[in-house]
Amino acid sequence: MGDRLERLAVSSARIPFRLKVALVWVVIFAFLGFFFWVAKFDTDWMLDNFTFIAKGLQYTIYIALGGIAIAIVLALLGALARISSNPIAFGISGFYISFFRGTPLIVQMFLIYLALPQIGTNLHVQYPELFSRQFEDSLVLDPAVAGTLALGLNYGAYMTEIFRAGIQSVAAGQGEAADALGMTYRQKMRRVVLPQAFRVIIPPTGNEFIAMMKDTALVSFLGVSIQHAEVFRRAGLVGKADFKNLEALVLAAALYWGLTIIFTFFQRRLETRVSRGYVRTEPLRTAELPSEELSDLPPHGKGGGG
Amino acid sequence: MSDREVIIRVENLHKRFGRLEVVKGVDIELHKGEVVVIFGRSGSGKSTVLRCINFLDDPTRGTIEVAGVRLTGGFRTRRKREQIRKLRLHVGMVFQQFNLFPHMTALDNVRVAPVCAGLKDNKAHAIELLDRVGLADKANEHPIRLSGGQQQRVAIARALAMRPEAMLFDEPTSALDPELIGEVLAVMKSLATDLHMPMIVVTHEMGFAREVSDRMLFFHEGVVWEEAPPEKIFEATEKPETRKFLDAVL
Repeated sequence: MGDRLERLAVSSARIPFRLKVALVWVVIFAFLGFFFWVAKFDTDWMLDNFTFIAKGLQYTIYIALGGIAIAIVLALLGALARISSNPIAFGISGFYISFFRGTPLIVQMFLIYLALPQIGTNLHVQYPELFSRQFEDSLVLDPAVAGTLALGLNYGAYMTEIFRAGIQSVAAGQGEAADALGMTYRQKMRRVVLPQAFRVIIPPTGNEFIAMMKDTALVSFLGVSIQHAEVFRRAGLVGKADFKNLEALVLAAALYWGLTIIFTFFQRRLETRVSRGYVRTEPLRTAELPSEELSDLPPHGKGGGG
Repeated sequence: MSDREVIIRVENLHKRFGRLEVVKGVDIELHKGEVVVIFGRSGSGKSTVLRCINFLDDPTRGTIEVAGVRLTGGFRTRRKREQIRKLRLHVGMVFQQFNLFPHMTALDNVRVAPVCAGLKDNKAHAIELLDRVGLADKANEHPIRLSGGQQQRVAIARALAMRPEAMLFDEPTSALDPELIGEVLAVMKSLATDLHMPMIVVTHEMGFAREVSDRMLFFHEGVVWEEAPPEKIFEATEKPETRKFLDAVL
């Protein structure tokens, strides 16, 4: 048997490796198709419900984009606090990171969705003159908003470490050179340190975004209304209603998978883009462009005088 | 030594890293148009003194005065931080490792500080400075595409961009291949002879020191061990430690 396999390996040595791998994938999909056929896979039902479930992609992407936006802001602030010598900033960011990395994401979601309103009610009942009715109502969040907030807070805590490492990966001499030129802290960060740090930060942030797109499925546990439901919630709803859980879940999985494949492709391109200007073998394109990055900015920049 | 205007004055400078005292009471005066070379063994505190002058390292004790801005060592307050920034605008610094900003072109490297400070005509000035260091044709290149010597010359142009009244050179040629040292020293020499730029240079280039400097300071064990014009240092030093060091490097 082993002998035969080895002979097969030798005789196929001229077929490119990638082609062989592609063949393996084809075989896997063929097996899956066969399996689904045997398991009485209802493709008609899938076609009927595809649009309904796929419409959830919109909300999946909204939640992920909202979450990553919150996470990036928090991670940047957290990282700057983490490398500062200010004990208050350092302490707060330390608490934030520890709590949000130390508790499950689903617990955080329910804390924000269910526990927060209770705090509002109790405060309103106890101190009605301090905490108004509006305050109480403002803590009752839409499930999608609560989920987005929880995702942002949670991923922000993890990404703080990515941002901190990225900032610290910029050579100390860079900051010193900016200091020696009389730049303010904000100018130094904006013009010198962060642009270099982002080169290191962007690829893992893309990974976090892709991971977050999958974690948006957790928001469905908060019970989003059907019109605004994301992929997994929709799949669950129709799957249970028609006893077609297999079809619904396979459809949901395929949609998430497709989404991550697309974004992984874009992330790769972004990665090669941000590493430009560091590669000596780059064609001379950079030399032909006029140096306009700085001249487009107003003379003071945004960090001027700060 | 002379009654010319003092640009940089260092008084009783002490610097301690933890329990290790690296600089133990140093006094330096740099006058208008003067070139001072600091030399000595590694660990003698030369670079630390230079870094203390523009507060890249905070002096533990002592006073630094640059172009009328006078600051004492010790804890940084908010007010002092702002004064440190003012002081730095009066003095340019060139580093051993160049520290050019890799994500900017040579021109933007030179321009970025004036742009941050809101100075007018910074582009024309930057091109003029690149021309002065002989690199006007490399204005739109990123540092990675320049040789070490070219990078250091851009760094000199960058340090000049804020129109400083004095320059600090921290071993500017130590990271360079031997054949590239000359072009950097030539630029430094032109700053001294053409612009009469006052400068403090930490270097082991004794040829440059002999030719360009007005005074030489030999650092030994964290103090100024000997201070004299180059002719005296090279021909008739009084201290055996200086002699020993010179014999080793010459």
